[in-house]
Amino acid sequence: MTEVLEVPKAEAERLRALRRVAIVPAYNEEASIARVVGELLAYDPGLRVVVVDDGSTDRTADVARAAGAKVVSLPFNLGIGGAVQTGFRYAWEQGFDVAVRADGDGQHDPAELDAILRPVLADEADVAVGSRFIGGEGYRSSRSRRVGIRLLAWIVSGLTGQRITDPTSGFQAANRLGIRLFAADYPHDYPEAEATVMVFKHRLRLQEVPVTMRARESGRSSITTVRSVYYMVKVVLAIFVALFRRKAVPLD
Amino acid sequence: MTPLRVSIAAAIASLLLLLVVFELIRSRRLRERYALLWLLTGVVLLVLSIWRGGLNTIAGWFGISGYPPAILFAVGILFILLVLLHYSTVISRLSDQSTILAQRLALLEERFREERDQHRSA
Repeated sequence: MTEVLEVPKAEAERLRALRRVAIVPAYNEEASIARVVGELLAYDPGLRVVVVDDGSTDRTADVARAAGAKVVSLPFNLGIGGAVQTGFRYAWEQGFDVAVRADGDGQHDPAELDAILRPVLADEADVAVGSRFIGGEGYRSSRSRRVGIRLLAWIVSGLTGQRITDPTSGFQAANRLGIRLFAADYPHDYPEAEATVMVFKHRLRLQEVPVTMRARESGRSSITTVRSVYYMVKVVLAIFVALFRRKAVPLD
Repeated sequence: MTPLRVSIAAAIASLLLLLVVFELIRSRRLRERYALLWLLTGVVLLVLSIWRGGLNTIAGWFGISGYPPAILFAVGILFILLVLLHYSTVISRLSDQSTILAQRLALLEERFREERDQHRSA
């Protein structure tokens, strides 16, 4: 945490005093979860790592607990949106100041957390999102998927009036305001693009930062070819509706 | 040929359906996931009511020469069946999930009571 910014001592003290949590949604990730938790704790030993076990049928929860994470086990699979929101609710209720989300499949490299946390810690953004498509290299998904991502990026950029390059990225950091918003309301099914629009609608500041992502270590993406049509229709619909929707009722 | 008034009435009805569904999503009373089939219903019915030549052609395929708007009824009923079937699967999943929730809650209460009693006697 102290190496996040080259900062004077007083500032380093302030950063260390912040309560920080990592939210790790995981569905049947027993093969990769230990490494993800280990890397997060190695990055920042003061980080509370919360694995949201989304109704896994394998040993994800046990493995994560053994690796040093707190584990919240959902009684059945809620899908990524419900799982992530569970994490943000935890962060909100337990009074955390900063939350990062990193997926349990190992795509999100904790080494990139410096970059993602910087705008939030410097109070330049309420939500910071890691983008694969600003400069950078590394894993960028398959060709067909990139076309879909670009289309979504174009729509989201147009609606928000800010250039968004990676609207499907789940690698993000949020301050207390961002945590509050996502705890109160987080989209279902395929949430990231809609969440981006929501952040703007609630007039929070969002910033994209370049990151390198890795190919997933194990398991498969939840988005199969058959589902990708449903994915696009649902997400585009949700984005447009989100614009007209009334704001979420804030939590106390 | 389909009477013009039938086409107009059908188009208005499908537009109303689309509007109502959109408003329900917007006001958070309907999730996108459960709205998609309704939206598809509305769009298909709207297309068939406006595209009158198409309706005649399709009626021809099915050997309906007397009254082409019968296709509108047929398509409407087909979609209603699809929506109902979809809901049956959704209800089944929900009842499975509420069973799991009830069981987890009961077990949790039991464990909670046990720990509280132990705490008291200690």
